[in-house]
Amino acid sequence: MTSFDAIVIGGGHNGLVAAATLGKTGRKVLVLEADGETGGAARTEEFTPGFRTSSVAHLINRLHPEVIKSLELQKHGLKLDTSPLMPTTVLSAKGAPLTLIGAYGEGLLGASKPEQEAWSGLRSQLFRYAGILKPLLARRPPDLSGMSFAETSAMAMTGISLRRLGKEDMRDFLRMLLMNVADVLDEHIEDDRLKGLLAFDATLGSHLGPRSPTSLLGLYYRLAGEIGGKPGAQVHPVGGTGAVVRAIELAAEQAGVAIRSNVPVARIIIENGRAVGAVLESGEEIRAKTVVSAISPRTTFLNLVGTREIDTGFVRRINNIRVNGDAAKLHLALDRTPQFSGLRTPELNGRLVIAPSVNHVERAFNPSKYGEFSPKPVMEITLPSLLDPSLAPEGACSLSAVVQYAPYALKEGWTTGKPKFLKAILAQLEAHAPGIGKSILHAELLTPLDIEQRYRMPGGHWHHGELQADQMLMSRPVFGAEGYDTPVDGLYLASSGSHPGGGVSGVPGLNAARRIIARKG
Amino acid sequence: MKHSDPKKLLMARAASQDHFRTPRIASPFQPRIEALMQTEEWYDWAGYKAPLSLWDEELEYFAIRSQAALFDISPMVKYRIEGPDAEAFLNRVTLRDVRKLKPGRVHYTAWCNDEGHVLDDGTLFRLTSDRFRLCSQERHLPWLLDSGIGFDVNIIEETKSIAALALQGPASFAVLRDAGFNGVDALKIFDLAEFEHDGENVTISRTGFTGDLGYELFVDQKLALSLWDRLWQVGEQRGLRAIGYAALNRARLEAGLIVANSDFITAEHAIRADRVRMPDEIGLGFMIDMEKPHFNGRRAIQQARANGGLRHVLVGLEIEGNIPAEHAIVYHQGKREIGLVSAAIWSPMAKRNIALASLERPYGDTITGDLWVEIYAMRELRYQKLMKRAKVVPRPFIKLDRRTANPPADF
Ligand SMILES: Cc1cc2nc3c(=O)[nH]c(=O)nc-3n(C[C@H](O)[C@H](O)[C@H](O)COP(=O)(O)OP(=O)(O)OC[C@H]3O[C@@H](n4cnc5c(N)ncnc54)[C@H](O)[C@@H]3O)c2cc1C
Repeated sequence: MTSFDAIVIGGGHNGLVAAATLGKTGRKVLVLEADGETGGAARTEEFTPGFRTSSVAHLINRLHPEVIKSLELQKHGLKLDTSPLMPTTVLSAKGAPLTLIGAYGEGLLGASKPEQEAWSGLRSQLFRYAGILKPLLARRPPDLSGMSFAETSAMAMTGISLRRLGKEDMRDFLRMLLMNVADVLDEHIEDDRLKGLLAFDATLGSHLGPRSPTSLLGLYYRLAGEIGGKPGAQVHPVGGTGAVVRAIELAAEQAGVAIRSNVPVARIIIENGRAVGAVLESGEEIRAKTVVSAISPRTTFLNLVGTREIDTGFVRRINNIRVNGDAAKLHLALDRTPQFSGLRTPELNGRLVIAPSVNHVERAFNPSKYGEFSPKPVMEITLPSLLDPSLAPEGACSLSAVVQYAPYALKEGWTTGKPKFLKAILAQLEAHAPGIGKSILHAELLTPLDIEQRYRMPGGHWHHGELQADQMLMSRPVFGAEGYDTPVDGLYLASSGSHPGGGVSGVPGLNAARRIIARKG
Repeated sequence: MKHSDPKKLLMARAASQDHFRTPRIASPFQPRIEALMQTEEWYDWAGYKAPLSLWDEELEYFAIRSQAALFDISPMVKYRIEGPDAEAFLNRVTLRDVRKLKPGRVHYTAWCNDEGHVLDDGTLFRLTSDRFRLCSQERHLPWLLDSGIGFDVNIIEETKSIAALALQGPASFAVLRDAGFNGVDALKIFDLAEFEHDGENVTISRTGFTGDLGYELFVDQKLALSLWDRLWQVGEQRGLRAIGYAALNRARLEAGLIVANSDFITAEHAIRADRVRMPDEIGLGFMIDMEKPHFNGRRAIQQARANGGLRHVLVGLEIEGNIPAEHAIVYHQGKREIGLVSAAIWSPMAKRNIALASLERPYGDTITGDLWVEIYAMRELRYQKLMKRAKVVPRPFIKLDRRTANPPADF
């Protein structure tokens, strides 16, 4: 029987970041990945012969600079090309499209002069406010235990560096914090397309519509990300998202981390209240001083630890984590580059969004509350093979789209629902890119249920659990496990389910590893 | 739709929903208790209309100690817990090691929340290897159901469907024997067994809340009255009396037993942060088994034990004089306030003035000398303030051999 300083369950990008960070301290680390390859929801796979794509996450917009720096990812082959930055174009079936260029709309093409000015004002305000939250979304959440309310709020205030703001800005920041994005947009801008885009980005990956209270937080979360020092920027990495994970994996290997794939963990071994190892589905037992779970917190406690080893109140909270996802993923193999009305190459190389107005996004959301998919879904589209020709055969084109809303628990069930939803998506595409339907060689649609089954993400959820006010910061994943350490000694959490949340950032993995190092675990 | 006369509607609704006319639930034994009730002293026990005393509190107490007393415990909260994981489930929920509780046995136990604060204490009856009955003061269904996540266990609330009686006192065995419950003599303290009644089963355990020889009987509520009558008929010659809570309360205090939300505040009732209690703070530390598998509150208790987080202690006091010190403040050296008396009586059995008190450590723990209680005795519209010396004494305050004697004594 071998023994390690730390075993990391789950070789998603966060697991690999945690492993690499721990490995760099000289710890003997083993990563256990259930699947045949690492990367989790961030990888590049062939979905039909000759066509490869980023199979779940397809855009990089928040890989944290600390992660890149501390793991020297550039040295390990990370290429995030930021010149030129990928634009975002809001498609319009009838009128002209609107394009945001630079890092999240430094420039706005296709809007009126006053609207451009209004946007510039709103944009800088949004970035200023997202910037306040940014440090909070990078480090361990504030520790509330043993602190008085006054101390806590004082600390929270300094923590989010409110004092850097002027009085008026501070008031507005606090006023807006829990608002819905639609109301905020109405206060500032008029262009439906622009509003539709911001509404889409604010609600992407969550079970909220733009008019749901607190939906603005999602936009802040998105804008708190940066690439190449540019807040709000996005890139499609060469080689797809899998290439990013490959760089992290190399860093881990370089740090002496052993990685095993095809080894699903069945159970975490607890002895006398302490995690001391893991049992694989094969029955093999592996011991370690520290166990890091870089998979969903829910699965970690309800399945791997088991409710018998933890207290009822904690189980209650874990059991109440909302994990049902609404985002589906579409992959198309096309025999030629699709023609989107009014778009040229620079826009096609960017992100294309179908979310023509706030109302459209809200209407797309409504049915999901009742277990039905959007008849007119909203989506963000990329054409990866235009940016990286190696991803599709010559002359052909690949399309990757994240589509909402596709409720995990579809009332009619996904067996019959899936072909219907695919039809609805293709109808939307056809309206914006006439003729695209005829050029489809192969279509793959991953519903949240498919994502759950394929990538072992409960509910197929983007963040391993809703990222809403009640499941953020000290309440993420739940109180009692918010600081990466858990009620079980020696067991740490490191996935997107922990603070700050999901997306390919590496922050939960990095913070978890740092917590372990700080506690000499 | 045809609209009816609103007045008629209202009357019809009032007729169909008349629960508000009897806001307190009647026990299955209510007809018998009502018939014996003379003082009309009732109180509310978990929503039930229960007798505080029926004819004379003092004499009812003496019925427990020198004859036989029948006390309706139907309002006690009861859960049936069964299934392959019932043992593991209860072991996770409660403090004591349920693996050590054999079928046909009962133990006194308690359970805590994650913070290690006591939610309640109660008795656990192991009916068979995978069937249990948990009895308690407070209701806990949501807590038990959530505790059941991940266990193959069925949890059923049976407070209403099961009627129960406590038969306590030196003649209690004789009453049962005379009533034809053959084999009751074989029951040792904390044993239970099934007996026949009206073609169905009655569970009889040698348990009680009096520190005396005594039994508790559980039956389906539809058999309640016939069970009462069966005991009553033969009880005449043995001096069997129906009693209320006031008498029982005296007996339990002599036995040194605590009552939730009387001697300590349960975690779900406590509003003030410092009112919650860990088992070690209310004399239940003996139940905690750190060797058994994980149980709720284990981590918090371990930490509190290691870091001096146990701030209180529950003690038995003997107080000079004969005036009950109920709710008196306890002082060290006559001036420093260190706690409060939660229950006190002049004990006719111990012939001592006894009390239970919750003190702030180290008082009652390492410092036990020079303790005083301040009793306010109302004397014709004037308080007479008495400073009385108190000393910490072991519980129970009385120990009766007949409680555990085998075979049980005939009277
Ligand atoms: C439709 C969709 C689109 C998205 N698009 C983007 C995007 O464009 N950009 C972006 O930044 N983010 C995107 N995301 C979010 C992003 O994919 C995730 O937040 C992120 O990949 C999660 O990384 P992780 O390492 O925390 O967990 P995961 O990637 O889920 O990794 C967990 C790993 O653990 C393994 N595992 C699970 N159970 C076990 C077990 N019992 N034993 C061993 N191993 C196990 C899994 O196989 C997996 O490899 C998207 C999410 C969805 C659902």
